[in-house]
Amino acid sequence: MTSTARTVETRPGINWQGLWKNFYRAALSLVISLLVGALLLLASGRNPLSAYQSLFYGAFGSVDRFAETLVKATPLLLIAISVSISFRCQVWNIGAEGQVILGAIASTWVALTFQGLPPFLLLALAFIAGTLAGAAWGLIAGLLKAYAQANEVITTSMLNYIAVYLLAFLVHGPMMDPQGFNFPQSPLIEKALELPRLVAGTRLNVAFVVALVMVGAALLFWRSTLGQRTEIVGASRRVAGQVGLSVAATIAVVTALSGALAGIAGWGEIFGLHFRLIEEIARGMGSLGVVVALLGELHPVGMLVSAFLFASLVVGGNAMERNAGVPFALVDVIQGCIILLILARASFFKKDSS
Amino acid sequence: MILVQMVGITKRFPGVLANDQVNLELHSGEIHGLLGENGAGKTTLMNILFGLYQPEEGQILLRGQPVRLLSPADAIRSGIGMVHQHFKLVPPFSVTENIILGLEGSTLIDMKAAQRQVAETAGQYGLKIDPAAQVQQLSVGEQQRVEIVSSLFRGAEVLILDEPTAVLTPQEAESLAVGLKKMAEQGKVIVFISHKLDEVLKLTDRVTVLRAGRVVFSGMTKDTDKASLVRQMIGREYTALKGEQAAVVLALAGAQDTIPAEEPPPASGAPAGGGRQAEPARSRRLLEVIDLHVTDERGLDAVRGVSFEVCSGEVLGVAGVDGNGQRELVEAIVRLRKLNSGKVVLNREDTAHWNMRSFIDHHTAYIPDDRQNDGLILGFDLSRNATLKVFERPPFARRRLVDRRAVDRFTRGLMEAFDVRAPGPQVKAGTLSGGNQQKLVLARELSQAPRLIIANKPTRGLDIGAAAYIHRKLLDERDRGAGILLVSADLEEILLLSSRILVMYNGRSMGILETRSASIQTLGLMMAGTPLADLKAPEAGS
Amino acid sequence: MNTDLISLGFIVGLLSATVRLAVPILFAALGETFTERSGILNLGLEGVMLVGALSGFVAAYLTGSLWAGVLAALLSGILMGLLMGFMSVTAKVNQVVAGLGITILGSGLSTLLFRLFFGLRSTPPTIDTFPSLPIPLLSRIPVLGEVFFNHNILVYLALALVGVAWLVLYRTRFGLAVRAVGERPDAVDTRGLSVSRLRYVAVLIGCGLAAIGGAYLPLANLGIFWTQMTAGRGFIAVAVVVFARWDPLRAFWGSLVFGGAIALQLALQTLRVPIPSELLLMLPYIATILVLVSVSRRAEFPGAFAMPYTRGEK
Repeated sequence: MTSTARTVETRPGINWQGLWKNFYRAALSLVISLLVGALLLLASGRNPLSAYQSLFYGAFGSVDRFAETLVKATPLLLIAISVSISFRCQVWNIGAEGQVILGAIASTWVALTFQGLPPFLLLALAFIAGTLAGAAWGLIAGLLKAYAQANEVITTSMLNYIAVYLLAFLVHGPMMDPQGFNFPQSPLIEKALELPRLVAGTRLNVAFVVALVMVGAALLFWRSTLGQRTEIVGASRRVAGQVGLSVAATIAVVTALSGALAGIAGWGEIFGLHFRLIEEIARGMGSLGVVVALLGELHPVGMLVSAFLFASLVVGGNAMERNAGVPFALVDVIQGCIILLILARASFFKKDSS
Repeated sequence: MILVQMVGITKRFPGVLANDQVNLELHSGEIHGLLGENGAGKTTLMNILFGLYQPEEGQILLRGQPVRLLSPADAIRSGIGMVHQHFKLVPPFSVTENIILGLEGSTLIDMKAAQRQVAETAGQYGLKIDPAAQVQQLSVGEQQRVEIVSSLFRGAEVLILDEPTAVLTPQEAESLAVGLKKMAEQGKVIVFISHKLDEVLKLTDRVTVLRAGRVVFSGMTKDTDKASLVRQMIGREYTALKGEQAAVVLALAGAQDTIPAEEPPPASGAPAGGGRQAEPARSRRLLEVIDLHVTDERGLDAVRGVSFEVCSGEVLGVAGVDGNGQRELVEAIVRLRKLNSGKVVLNREDTAHWNMRSFIDHHTAYIPDDRQNDGLILGFDLSRNATLKVFERPPFARRRLVDRRAVDRFTRGLMEAFDVRAPGPQVKAGTLSGGNQQKLVLARELSQAPRLIIANKPTRGLDIGAAAYIHRKLLDERDRGAGILLVSADLEEILLLSSRILVMYNGRSMGILETRSASIQTLGLMMAGTPLADLKAPEAGS
Repeated sequence: MNTDLISLGFIVGLLSATVRLAVPILFAALGETFTERSGILNLGLEGVMLVGALSGFVAAYLTGSLWAGVLAALLSGILMGLLMGFMSVTAKVNQVVAGLGITILGSGLSTLLFRLFFGLRSTPPTIDTFPSLPIPLLSRIPVLGEVFFNHNILVYLALALVGVAWLVLYRTRFGLAVRAVGERPDAVDTRGLSVSRLRYVAVLIGCGLAAIGGAYLPLANLGIFWTQMTAGRGFIAVAVVVFARWDPLRAFWGSLVFGGAIALQLALQTLRVPIPSELLLMLPYIATILVLVSVSRRAEFPGAFAMPYTRGEK
């Protein structure tokens, strides 16, 4: 019997309908969370409208503020992409904070140690160092999972704490600025190494461009053979084994890539923003990055929007605290609600893992 | 006394009318046989009685009173117990722990007292079990006894057994029958679901035959015979008795290997020694398996020293009752499972350090028995599924980037060539019917012109049309010169396709014989544990 | 390094601190043992412990009663448990993601509520902790008496809980059912028990105990609260459960290992060992990784671990 199937021509390309659905769901989560926040504010006797107004203006009110939002979005975006690579492989790598720290440490160390070299070369070396250090930190957990079946949520969390203490040790000790009045910080990197500003008078710098480039790289990644391999292993380890893919190797590569991206975020924070190693370099970025990634449905463009959104919450939240007297922690609650709503939309993650 | 009445039971599933106005009467003290082919509705009907399903229409009456059984808890409380085909036992628990699980009583368990009670109950019906033994150490027959005692312990008056002898040796089936008779003597009702005629005839007092969801016969067992029961089961249209279990028991009971004379002769592919004509002469040795030993997940020996070879241009069928090591055997050959010892040689190359990828690169196709979990990623579209093994190579990937258009084009071609019915390559594999899913898996595997094809139950759960299609494709490959290792629980399929047959029992090979000289009787005996060598020896008295 | 300080008294003090420091982890690990035995993986313990710590602290601060704090912690744990139970059992969401969500939520919630209640002060609010309650006679035993019988009431509660957990899990019908539902939920279902109810209860036990474990820190140990004060103990507890192969007694020993790591780190600081304090602070986390790696490969997880159950799935 010959085939009578009429094949419908579906052109490969952008699935606009799907994208709209995802965007709509994400937007809904945000709106509901903002409402919950408003309720909390009302309950504690404060005016939600004025709070949210200062939130909004704090994030977008001027070129300066807008640039600041983009500055905050940069590491969030990089970390979200990092998280998405692991998560789509069903590797629950929550070690972004530690990987950022290692990236920051390594790149700063290179910049401080090889001060004689021409700036562009040194900058590149520092970038590479940061990337490799982040990758290595991620790889530890990846190898432990691949070859010892160690739960990656626990190992990456532990590595986060270890990284935090490592940083503390370094800035209180070997890497402390001798002219720093005993502040826990490293010496400044050379002026020439500072990433150029994109808009004069603001803190927006080239690191933001790097983050945007990584969005493009991520889009390319998912179309590549490695990205396909990642998704297959994430979708079904059994089938992956049946078709001859090495699950262990894929897990290792994925955690290394994730770590690398987080390491780049660390490099960006140092060379674009702080210009020295400080203890607060990655504080809270790990979990924030996870939320950004989930809200963006683990899709590069979605995460771009979501990172921007969260950055505006953070920047606006700080302003809100200063101007309207509402504790910044409200943003934490909004963040938590968004998570709950993401989880409530069970369909995405319904299938059980591994 | 009529203990249970099921009146006008109708149960619908999407696309299937499982039970159609079924009436059933169960008298206390009787063993009632529920007979029918696979899919006739027997298990569904009993699941309704056990509260697992609710019927769309109909009523259940217990001692004349209508009852509503909304869950197994209700059924248990009403004195109905069920022993399923796949036992519901917790392996690391002891026998007693399994039996008292879910029973109300003191918060603190008095294990000694419970063990005593379990032993008492078992002894009452002549069932031998060790209350302290760990269930995962028990044999299948012993585990089944635990299930039975578990129901009796809960005061079951009605005991439903779903294909109980499917997993038993003849001796175990014998002692089960003795136990069941004892229970019936004490007033219990036993419902014996089976498609094995001879057992039902031997054991039951009354029998009800289901066909396509309807009752086609109900009456005293002594008033009927094998021939008429077979006719009732399969109806006027010719359908060969399916399933190796039917064949085994027919053989064991000394039945003839053709359908009763009144039916027209088979249209194509008779049960014995059939298949396509004119097999090409077998050429080189393709696959050699030497003394393979494999342990399963629980550390038990699944394969105990099996050896065979597959030549190009032939089909070697691996027959046997499910669970005798066939799956572990094929998985170990391609390293989806670790092999303990033994050698696998492919095209004269020792595969000692190979993994699955190596086999794929050496033109081996593998069709897994579980297409939904092992063969396909249901959430992916057809294109990605079709290229799971090849997407990293040109023309599907150029410079490490996957070319969607090439992948789609390839998939469309496959769908055309293998009759995969779907709107297009972009639909998700989960939306396909079972037959089309299996065709897709086949298409993917065969698209790379394999030299060795390992097919593990390739037509499981498929309708006749899809199964026939797959058979045809496999034989095409054989004619093209590929060697095929075919594992199947369907004896008819094995006979249809294979040139030689290896029978597995308990992890060992019972022998390899040419299909030409194989009778269902011989195969049945081998599948039940008699090595070929013993069968060939002259019999001294029957 | 100041070796003069090393004496029997010092060692005994170290062991005693081990027991004290193990308690939060022990509470959480005992609870998680039940949860994981029932087949649910709860990675939200860190968040639950933080919420418990905050609730306990706030309640104790407002009412002046430490036991009110314990009760508040328990209640907050149960609320979080209901949430986790809903996501894992009813909505059948991926349990890892659900747990992560609970951790992030609990972390944010505890921080927010702390700030809302106390705002930013120059001196942090404090409470008086549970006093030490030496057990008469037993506390006089040399060495052992000091190590086990000279603590506050919550420590004794934790130690007693080890035995209670063992008893419930292995000697009661409820425990039998919990163990069964983690291995073969279909076997439990067919015997008329509710798989959902068992799992919910197991999750509630897990979160309730974890919350009390979190509350131990302000109520019995430190007398104050600060954000993120549990510092990863929730994750360490999960590792302990794997290490303990889901047995309460072994969870006790596992918790002592980590209590010991923390105590050792403090002791080494006191001895002015020439290792920087930050590196010493890494000890418990490195220990966790090492322990986890050593047991994970051969670990025999409960049969139905982290797999949502629906009737009729074969």
